[in-house]
Amino acid sequence: MAEIRFETIRKTFGSFAAVDGVDLEVKDGEFMVLLGPSGCGKTTLLRCLAGLERVDGGRVFIGDRDATDLPPRRRRIAMVFQSYAVFPHMKVYDNIAFGLRMQKEKKAVIDDRVRSAAELLHIEDLLGRYSSQLSGGQRQRVAVARAMATKADVLLMDEPLSNLDALLRLEMRAELKSLLQNLDATTIYVTHDQIEALSMGDRIAVMNKGRIVQLGNPLEVYDNPADTFVGGFIGNPPMNFLDAEVVANGGAVIAKVSGGSFELPVEAAALVRHDLLLGIRAEAIRVETTSAEGLVRAKVIVLEPLGSHNLLTVQCGEDTLKVSVQPDLFPQPDSDVWLRLEPARIRWMDRERGTAIHTGAEELATETAIVIS
Amino acid sequence: MTTIAQETTLTRRRRRWEALPYWLILPTVVYLGLFFVWPMIQGFGLALRDEDGNWSWSAIDTMVNDAAFGKALSFTFLLIVVIVPIQFVLALGMALLLNARLRGAGLFLYIFLLPLAISDLAAGIAWSAIFTERGYLNTILEGVGVLQQPFIFLDPTSRTQLVIAVAAAEIWRSTTFMMVILFAGLQGIPKDYVEASEVFGAGFFQRVRHVILPMLKPSIQVAILLRLIFAFEVFAVVIALTGSGATVLAAEAYKWQVTNENEHVAAAYSVVILGLSLAAAAVVLVALRTPRERRLR
Amino acid sequence: MTGLPRIRVGRALAYVAALAISAFILAPIYLITLSAFSTFDAVYDYPKNLVPNHLSMESMNVFLDSDGVTDSLLRSVYVAVITIVACLAIGTPAGYALARFSFRAANPFQLALVSTRAFPLIIIAVPLAVTYIRVGIDDTIYGVAMAHIAFTLPLTVLVTASVFAGISYELEEAAMTLGCSRLSAFGRVALPLALPGVAASAIFIFVTTWNEVFAAALLTLRNRTLPAQMLAALDTSPLPYRLAGGFFLLAPALVVIFFIRKYLLTTWGRVAR
Repeated sequence: MAEIRFETIRKTFGSFAAVDGVDLEVKDGEFMVLLGPSGCGKTTLLRCLAGLERVDGGRVFIGDRDATDLPPRRRRIAMVFQSYAVFPHMKVYDNIAFGLRMQKEKKAVIDDRVRSAAELLHIEDLLGRYSSQLSGGQRQRVAVARAMATKADVLLMDEPLSNLDALLRLEMRAELKSLLQNLDATTIYVTHDQIEALSMGDRIAVMNKGRIVQLGNPLEVYDNPADTFVGGFIGNPPMNFLDAEVVANGGAVIAKVSGGSFELPVEAAALVRHDLLLGIRAEAIRVETTSAEGLVRAKVIVLEPLGSHNLLTVQCGEDTLKVSVQPDLFPQPDSDVWLRLEPARIRWMDRERGTAIHTGAEELATETAIVIS
Repeated sequence: MTTIAQETTLTRRRRRWEALPYWLILPTVVYLGLFFVWPMIQGFGLALRDEDGNWSWSAIDTMVNDAAFGKALSFTFLLIVVIVPIQFVLALGMALLLNARLRGAGLFLYIFLLPLAISDLAAGIAWSAIFTERGYLNTILEGVGVLQQPFIFLDPTSRTQLVIAVAAAEIWRSTTFMMVILFAGLQGIPKDYVEASEVFGAGFFQRVRHVILPMLKPSIQVAILLRLIFAFEVFAVVIALTGSGATVLAAEAYKWQVTNENEHVAAAYSVVILGLSLAAAAVVLVALRTPRERRLR
Repeated sequence: MTGLPRIRVGRALAYVAALAISAFILAPIYLITLSAFSTFDAVYDYPKNLVPNHLSMESMNVFLDSDGVTDSLLRSVYVAVITIVACLAIGTPAGYALARFSFRAANPFQLALVSTRAFPLIIIAVPLAVTYIRVGIDDTIYGVAMAHIAFTLPLTVLVTASVFAGISYELEEAAMTLGCSRLSAFGRVALPLALPGVAASAIFIFVTTWNEVFAAALLTLRNRTLPAQMLAALDTSPLPYRLAGGFFLLAPALVVIFFIRKYLLTTWGRVAR
């Protein structure tokens, strides 16, 4: 049993609160990603779970035990560090065997586990080498093998792919995901890379300034952000946000942005306010080349052909938006386009607080490809 | 929420934990307190007391009125004035040479570092074998025809000659010490600055003067500071080379302690050495200070 | 690179300079070695022999057979061993504390250690001599060792701190997640990695204590270390004796410098800054 529970965790460094009241439950066997920009507290939270930092408030539960006061070695965890922390004075074999030797396992068991972990990570022929003779990618595999060999209940990973170059990162991401899917362990994975988070996690906890701002599965977090921070942080390009207001005009409900206005379904009447933010993703905006009812006019500023799609930067009234169009459409800079902002794909936010307003009419993108440039 | 009981356990454990570094440094602090700080205070006490243990200026009086005091003081200063500038230039040159990555740099490195292992006594003995009338220098000079007969380098009546002899030995022995500090400083100068100056047409000596030296200032400060402090303690090399022909402050301290069995005057001399060291340190720190805005970081 | 000129002339000059300095450094060492390994009479010869074609152990034997010489050699060794062991035992924990923990006393402590360089050993030696006599440990190797420890301890702490600071703490943390307690993480990971630096530190200490003459001469009368013996015998001893002794003062330290030359530039320079 290895579910994890954080109860109101607080960790301060001097007067700075790195983790400021975090509650989180991770299910047994789940792959939970802690995602956020640098300094948001995700690594600190992970280290509190590992026992490498003492919490200043709150409790940590691993399985059914209160682990708050336990040292790392008693928590039955395994950890992969961002810098890999492969012991330079030991061969790869001894590195992987380290945890097992600390547990005083029998030699035969150790040998068996080391070799199978090495096989899983495709480093069987590196067992006799020292860390200085390995490349960064190889060292990373050693670190993962070392953690997996211990067969711990909980696997912690602190930005394991950050120090790899882009191509290697792509390969390892897929490999890691496949490896970890076959594992029973509960995994907590820290990253600042939202693509990693979306591709690997069962659930994502988006963190900012020491708190969890949204918790949900990748699709929820992508398509239903809890506030402007999440919308802007996740997705490439970030979500577009425009100042907007919704007014009732006779029986119709009209959305007004600086570049124009369009009609909303009648159910949106609850939204009538002046201080709104209209959030919409680049791929959720339809582009037409001729004017029509319900479309908003915009002028193309930049056209970036990205192969799988084209990315437009358009000026819509006072707002600058990013819009994705299919790869065979090339609206030229300085030309006009007309945008359809699909009401069901709009995410309304409170302008002052930046938090989401739920109307119940949101439709999650089921078919939209999350486009990564 | 953590209960009060839980909070207290956390705080108690943290306090015990935070005390660990203090326990680790305790032996060092205690040892240095007993064998460094306390003797130093005692030294002051000794210098300000007389044979019967009463507070008195007698030790200082005796020291100042001793003919040897003035001689020791002036010889020490003379040595410093001659040695330190020459050493500085030589050390800088050595550091630059090592930095230039010539072929065989590893061998040069080992050779340049050798003097660090050599005590001032050994240096004194080695150079006395060189300078002595029937010594190596005369052998070579007569051999190549510069001299017709042996020259007396270590003439006890000629202060100048003695200074030169001691200076040679000291420069030989302790230049490496300054070189190491300057070399470390050189490593810290980003290549870009020097290369940029090269691109803008600066020749070698211009580069050194306008780019390297200013950036090396902190290291120069440390190197000169430490060298001065050690220079005031100069001891065995003088005795080995000059016998009783010249004396320095440390040698006088030794003499009063061991030969004259007067620890008060000896302590007085050591206080003078300490005072001069600290004064020199203060002067260097002020004179070579880099104002905050102009620091690299 | 600081940019010595890349043109041929400049480079050639650089080589000449480097060779000249090397010759300057090596010559006295060569000469004293030559003298130490010559016959007793050859030492008094003039002109002196500059080539090693009449090597002999005679001077060396005279030196070693002289009264008290082998004893003083042994004493120097004892003092060195005691000083090294004690210095490392006391100083390494402090170095680890400075490197790993940030505590309020850390900065003043470090500053105090650095500033001990400004205080000459002389000001400590004289009062120590007085105290030793009172306590009854004057004229012992332990007295000398204790003074030497005080002298080398600050640098030892700073050097070991530098060594431990260079070992990523994450390595010890990784060991802790794999089942080590703090202490065993230190012992299995930090210490083995620190060993080369600690060894270099030990060698610094050796060179310092082997060569130290003032305190050794002041604190001993009959139980002298080699430098103290040499100093006391400077006026009265024959030339061959002095030269052979000089060689013994030089030799071990020279060998030892060879082994730690890389460390000298990094740790010395780093600490001194």
